[in-house]
Amino acid sequence: MRSTAQLILRPHNPANSTNQAAIRARAVSIALDNVTKVYESESGDDIWALDRLDLAIDFGQFVSIVGPSGCGKSTLLLMLAGLIPVTSGTIRLNGEAVTRPHPQIAVVFQRDLLLYWRRVLDNVLLPVEIRRWGRSKFVKQAEQLLEQVGLAEFSNKFVDELSGGMRQRVAICRALVQNPGLLIMDEPFGALDALTREQMNVDLQKLWLTVANTVVFITHSIDEAVFLSDRVLVMSPRPGRVLLDLQIDLPRPRKLSVKSDMRFVGFVDQIRRMFEASGILRGE
Amino acid sequence: MPDVDRISSSCAPHPGSGGAEAQPVLKDTVPPVDLNEDRKRRRRQNRKWIVLENASPFLISALLLILWQVIVPLAQVPQLILPTPLEIIAKIGKSYPLLLADTKVTLLEVLYGFVAAVAAGIPIALCIFYSRIFAKSLYPILVGLQTIPKVALAPLLVMWFGFGLLPKVVISFLIAFFPIVITTVVGLSGLDREMVYLVRSMGANEFQTFIKIRLPAALPSIFGGFKVAIALSVVGAVIGEYIAAESGLGYRQLTANIQFDSALNFAALIFIALCGVVTFAAISGLERVFVRQR
Repeated sequence: MRSTAQLILRPHNPANSTNQAAIRARAVSIALDNVTKVYESESGDDIWALDRLDLAIDFGQFVSIVGPSGCGKSTLLLMLAGLIPVTSGTIRLNGEAVTRPHPQIAVVFQRDLLLYWRRVLDNVLLPVEIRRWGRSKFVKQAEQLLEQVGLAEFSNKFVDELSGGMRQRVAICRALVQNPGLLIMDEPFGALDALTREQMNVDLQKLWLTVANTVVFITHSIDEAVFLSDRVLVMSPRPGRVLLDLQIDLPRPRKLSVKSDMRFVGFVDQIRRMFEASGILRGE
Repeated sequence: MPDVDRISSSCAPHPGSGGAEAQPVLKDTVPPVDLNEDRKRRRRQNRKWIVLENASPFLISALLLILWQVIVPLAQVPQLILPTPLEIIAKIGKSYPLLLADTKVTLLEVLYGFVAAVAAGIPIALCIFYSRIFAKSLYPILVGLQTIPKVALAPLLVMWFGFGLLPKVVISFLIAFFPIVITTVVGLSGLDREMVYLVRSMGANEFQTFIKIRLPAALPSIFGGFKVAIALSVVGAVIGEYIAAESGLGYRQLTANIQFDSALNFAALIFIALCGVVTFAAISGLERVFVRQR
């Protein structure tokens, strides 16, 4: 426990952030082995959210999971974060079983969940306070993160003075201030308008290229998944299985114009066809 | 609320603010809009209305008092039934030492009762929130007891606790206790599950969850309960004094009635109202310090 905390406490100074190799060392690998989740509905029926799911995610990969509503994506996320137990099977982080919240894992939810009684900077520092890592040691890093997402001059504002897009940026900073080896994002841009969402995609990619941790990104948007990811997993309706495992080998950094690139269109098309073939999307 | 997302800054600037190159056609044919003149005009109109709005309660109150002062003698209402405002003011001027002494007694009853209600209500609310057994057993009983009008207990309390401060404090406590318990439980339960997941993912234990998010999120609701409770506390204390007392504003009203001194009765009434206003304002002041308004 102590040793992981030491690892994370390594200051995030600019010299370090140019040294990609040093940062990559922080990223984690994930292995899901036969993970099953069954929960009971209100009427007492067993609901199979996930049935014997196997999955391996490599160090520093950006992996998106797309699938229809109720395919067990959110359940998977909560289990990855160690917030709910698995029914059977194991989830390993760098070979170590995840059974409860882990200091290497940070989560960004669909709603920003900012605390309205705190200022922006205090919201970003919340995880550091809770983990008792010493607030003062992280102020500089929090300010750097805010600057990276273009909110430097808002750090002293209350969060209800911010727009939806800005609030979600703050939520992302709050997750990253812990230097997590794994960042889990659950439809983080689902509540934003289409234009803001594209901007957030570009900004997230830029941010991730400097942070370079492992990301599991859950989304409903095929476009978003292909644009952001190294790898897209397409999930079936409950119980969730992986229908398609697609490597997105488009070069980075990607610009928005990549969306009209033939290869990009090809990936999107491939995913959409998979949804059609499994009856999740119906043409006509 | 300033809406200044990144996207808005990349939109074309307004033609009046100098960025006319976005709309070259307009620049040549239409003179730029003078925003300053417009802004000044709006501000002038606003100011006039704001002054009037803020003054209106005082104006209306003054008008009603003048009507009261004029109509009572005209309609030949005897002073015993309804004294005029000036007679009441004269009475206050004459007997304010007595009234202040009574006010002190009543305020103490209110404060003791309210503080006791907070001291007992918050821990009980916490027990109800954190323990299923408490919630299942105690909560229904509390809600059932709530249906008893606390005021109806006053004669019993006098029998048990005598004529002094205690029975009034107890009534005031009982009447303030329920709103505090209920608003605290509701406030604590109002926090949504994702919020709890969020802090748990940061490694928070239940105590940290409580201190960092649950309590701050419940504070607006808890203070709402305090405001209801403090107003009810005043009611409880005064009613206690009606039953049996040797001092206090409610007692002063009773003696005024016996002496057919309506002006004193009204004077005591004004002081009771002031007790309510002052204690409510004190709670609101605390709220402003501890709770950030949305």
